[in-house]
Order: sequence, then C-alpha cells, then structure tokens
Amino acid sequence: MNNNEDIVLKLKNLKVHFPVKAGVFKRTVAHVKAVDGVDIDIYRGEVLGLAGESGCGKTTLGKAILRLVEPTGGQVSYNATDNEITELTSLTKKEMDPFRKKLQIVFQDPHSSLNPAFTIFGSLEEPLKKYGVSKRSERRKIIGDLLEAVNMHREYMDRYPHEFSGGQRQRIGIARALCIDPEIIVCDEAVSALDVSIQAQVLQLLMKLRKERNLTYLFITHDLSVTEYLCDRIAVMYLGRIVELCQSEDLYKNTLHPYSEALISAIPVADLDKKTKRIILEGDVPSPVNPPSGCPFHPRCPKAQDICKTKVPELKKYSTDGNEHYASCHLINQPEIS
Amino acid sequence: MDLETQQIHPNKDKMENNKNIALSVKDLKTYFYTNNRCNKAVNGVSFDIEKGKTLCVVGESGCGKSVTASTIMQLLPTLSRIEDGEIIFYKDEEKINIEKLERNGKEMREIRGSDIAMIFQDPMTALNPVYTVGFQIAENLQYHTTMNKKEIREKTISLLDDMGIPLPEQRVDEYPHSYSGGMRQRAMIAMAMACNPKILIADEPTTALDVTIQAQIFELMDNLKKNYNTAIMLITHDMGVVAELADNVAVMYMGNIVESGTADDVLRRPTHPYTKALLDSVPVLGRGRNQDIKPIKGSTPDAYDRPVGCQFAPRCNWADESCKIMPEITNISTSHEVRCHKYKEIFQY
Repeated sequence: MNNNEDIVLKLKNLKVHFPVKAGVFKRTVAHVKAVDGVDIDIYRGEVLGLAGESGCGKTTLGKAILRLVEPTGGQVSYNATDNEITELTSLTKKEMDPFRKKLQIVFQDPHSSLNPAFTIFGSLEEPLKKYGVSKRSERRKIIGDLLEAVNMHREYMDRYPHEFSGGQRQRIGIARALCIDPEIIVCDEAVSALDVSIQAQVLQLLMKLRKERNLTYLFITHDLSVTEYLCDRIAVMYLGRIVELCQSEDLYKNTLHPYSEALISAIPVADLDKKTKRIILEGDVPSPVNPPSGCPFHPRCPKAQDICKTKVPELKKYSTDGNEHYASCHLINQPEIS
Repeated sequence: MDLETQQIHPNKDKMENNKNIALSVKDLKTYFYTNNRCNKAVNGVSFDIEKGKTLCVVGESGCGKSVTASTIMQLLPTLSRIEDGEIIFYKDEEKINIEKLERNGKEMREIRGSDIAMIFQDPMTALNPVYTVGFQIAENLQYHTTMNKKEIREKTISLLDDMGIPLPEQRVDEYPHSYSGGMRQRAMIAMAMACNPKILIADEPTTALDVTIQAQIFELMDNLKKNYNTAIMLITHDMGVVAELADNVAVMYMGNIVESGTADDVLRRPTHPYTKALLDSVPVLGRGRNQDIKPIKGSTPDAYDRPVGCQFAPRCNWADESCKIMPEITNISTSHEVRCHKYKEIFQY
C-alpha cells in the first residue's frame, strides 16, 4: 500500500492564504492562513479522513484540491492509472477540465447544494452534457441507473429538490458526484447535517459505492467516531496544519499528539462502560490571521513546555504497531524513523 | 425474570409527595394549527424533572422535543396551543400550574427567566446584536431582583467570570459579535443562571459548537447541577451526550415519549425498538472499523400524515397487526417505562 505508484493524489506544501483587506485603498494588511503547508499522499482506493475543529482549514483544503479555491502555494499532483503525473496547480482553468472528471465533491448542506429551479435530471445532466454525453435518452438512462445505485427510484429524476428529505437530497448529491465516473470524491461533511438514523444509511451507501466503483474518498468531518468507522487513515488538522496522520485504529489506540488526545477525550461516547476523563482544553482556537508562535497548539496544550513556544514542530514519522504514524509535537517519547 | 410480577402502576400520590421533583409534566398535548391542518407536535407526554438531576430528552429532528421545552416556558408561537395536560412547577412549597397562566401575564413573566431559565440552540442568533452582552445579562437581574445598578454590574461581571470568560470587566461591555461561538454560549448560560433558576432548560446547547468547546460547556453544566442543585432538562439528539451527562433519559419519537428511565435502564437495557435502533445506528468511538452499524429503515413520517397506532411501526422490525393500536405505557421496573406492545420480546437483562 505504501508503494509510490499507488499514490493517486500528492499534496506538497499546499498553502491557501486569504488576504485581509482594510482601509480606503483596500490594502492587504494580513493573511488568513487557512491551509499552511500541508503534505499528504492519498493512496488509490483508500478512505482518508480529515478531522478537526471548525475553522481549522479542512474544507478549504478539500476545495483547494479541486481548485474551487485557488491554492496560493505548493502543489497538488494527480497520478493517473497509467502513471502519468500531472501537476494540477499549474494548469489553466481550461486545461483543468479533463481532470474535473476525475475529482468530484459532495457538499455539506444538502438543502443549498441543489438548484431549486432545476429538476433532479436537470441538475444531474449538466456534467454529462459537458463531458460528451450528447443524447438526451442516454443521459436519462445514466441518471436513472445512478439514482438506483443510490437506492432511489428512477422516476424521481423529474422531481424538484424541495420534494425530497435531507437524506434523499444528500444521496442525490452523491449521485451527482458519481455521474461522470470520478476516481476521487471529496466528501465535505457529507453526513453532518443529517439525523443519526439517516446518517447511517448514507454511510453504508458510501461504503457500498466505494466497493463497487473502486473510489478514493477524502472524507472531511468533525466527527471522529464517523471517521474511525469509515476511514483507513485519519489526518487531524489544527490551524491549517496536519498535526497527526495515521491508521484510523492507531489514532485511538496509540495517540501521539496532545491535541488529538484532547479531541478524542472530548467526544461523548454512547457507552456507559467507557467513561473516560475529559481533557478540557482552555479557550478557543486562536485566529488563523495571527497564529501563536512556535507550536500553534501551545497556548491550549496541557503539556506545553518552553520549547513549544518558540520552535515550530515538524511532522515527523514514527511507528506504532508496525504502521506509519506521523505527528508534529516536540514532546513525543518515541524514536523517530526516517 | 417474570415481567408480569414486576409491573406496577404509576402511583400518582407517591410522586406528588416526592419533594425532589422540580417540575412535573402530565399528559401534555401541544398542537399547531396551520392551513386548516393540525400538527400534533406533542401528543401526550409525561415526565418529571428532579432537583439536582439531569433529564435528557433524546430524539431526531421533528420529534417534538423542542416544542416540549417551549411549552414549559410558554414560548410557543401564536398558532399553537396547549390542548390538554398539566405542567406543575413546584416553587418551594407552592404548586403552580404553568399551563393555566396567561402566556405573557405577570405570573408567567415572573417565572420565566428567574425560576425556569432556558438556553437556546444557536448562540449566534439568540443574542441581540445591538446590545452589549453585559446589558443583556443585567436585564434579567434588573427585572427579577431588587439590586441597584452597581450591584447588578458587579453580579454580571462575576457571572461572566464564573463561566470562564477571560477579562470579564472588559468583556462585559462588548457586543456579541466580538465573542466566539463558545463564549456566546457561555454568555447565554450566564444569562440563564443570573437569578439562580430552579430549573434550567437547555435546548441542544452544544449542537452548533465544536467538541472541545462542548466539553467545556458540559463541565460548566455539571458544576451548576452540583453547586446549586439545579434541575436540568437537556434536549439533544446525540446518544453520546446522554451517556455522559444524563441521570434520567426520555426518548421521544413523533410527539410521544417511547421509552424513559434512568440512563442505566435506557442505555444498557434499551427496550423500545426505536431506542435500540438509535443506539445501533451510530458508530461508537473506540470500537474500530468492524463495528456493525444498522441504519433505521425508511425516514420519519410526515407530521400531517401520521401512521395509525404506534408511530414507529412502519420502520420497526418487530411490528405486526397489534401495532395498529397505540400501545400504552408499561412499567418494566420502578424507573423504566416503555410504550410498546412487543417489549417482552425485546427486553433482556
């Protein structure tokens, strides 16, 4: 699995900085460092979870991969099945088009991501038209099949979004992402807006589709219990940086970073036998305009030492239970591996 | 274990003598009327809130949990009314029937905010953006206490301080927009706690917040319960929150309480098919990737087109002909109640 050829998407030092403008002349006075140097390799066929609190930059990262938000630095390279590597970040808008077919996104809010004036067929046929399915009858057939794949009736394609419930709309959103046969789907909080009983339906659907279509997911969520269930690997983000990246079971069993530890302890678990002591973090996430010096987590970290205030920790490689485990903290008592 | 011998009937006199009860709701019905249609949002709900205990009301969106809370506070919209039932508030030795009070009458206004306080779901919209946070907290004290201006200001600052807001002397004069989400929710709790209410109703207080901030808020609520013996009614949709905080649990579905009992009863021995399904449908942290989550089939029915009889029957695996009739509440043990015909098949110790 750690074979280089299997990497489908390689993020290298990816940065998205938004300018903050002020004054009469709208001069740039500062930058919001939403994503500040992220390196991740996404392997073909895996489910990579991206977890973190609101404002940590996880959605921006997801959008930057698809270039829905223009990255301000770093590279995203896409590796096609025939080993042809393309650097997406250097392409023009037009050149990007064929790669949009490979990368799709499912949005968070199923109520605002479908155009209310279009029927479901109207919304779903747009990408097909663009990517060369010119016959209407053919498009109707493809969309009908897709709706069936997401456990809905074919006939629903002539209805409008308001006729559907939240869970159904989210499934339509998934069908839309699937309609041009992508390889990678970015799921941006795809189940967060749904009720628990519906959430389980959508989660199982995502798992089923992944098996059938050999998809790669980047699953963005703030809910660690969902990531643990669904993902092969989990990346934890804090203030625009990855603080920990490892196999999903290792994040829970062998947590290395104090932030992940606090995050896990804060999650209420529906199990009376598993009551753990909550680690209460002080204060809020600092502003990404003016992140703290040194380790961005140090003002809230219960273990912070002097070194944390001055030196930015790097993402280093460790090994837990024989798996690769990346973390960025000065205080890890484990031998680093190269 | 033979269930028949365990069945006891709810003893009304016993409950009324129980001094620990802060609020008692009996067979409450709240209906909404729009476009000549009637939505039976809350359809016969009974529960007690005990002093120094947390009652968690769990359910999916649209099950009537928020309406129950607004009914207790008499904060319902104009097109709705309390159809039937009683809400009894035990104020010291006095018994007040809230449902008989005028919605915006003097007595109700005296209770609201001082004896019973409420925290709303969305701290972004629940605070008024054109007044300072301090002013909004002080309003409550001004109305319900006899303190003078200086005392009110001091109390406001100490309230903010108690809630762990940094630099309260400075923050008291700031507007809500300069507070973060977690701080706003803490300001909301400060406002609710200003007059030391006997009952605190929290309507999904942490749904809009991050887990780390949620943990801070829960810690605060736990302290309030311990230090002031406040009775808390916490509305949530998250079974994890229930496991963490609840002493008692009521599970709601389509306007009814389908199962209630202590947290132990409901989480360890779920007896209603809905409670069971709800617990089985969420992934639990720490159980790894091989856990089996089971979605509940179908979706919640339309409130205007309800199933006949048991509301959960169309989505239930145990349902049969007998479920066409609404089941009565059955007591499994002194604390554990369930509304299901089939509970004997499901019940297990």
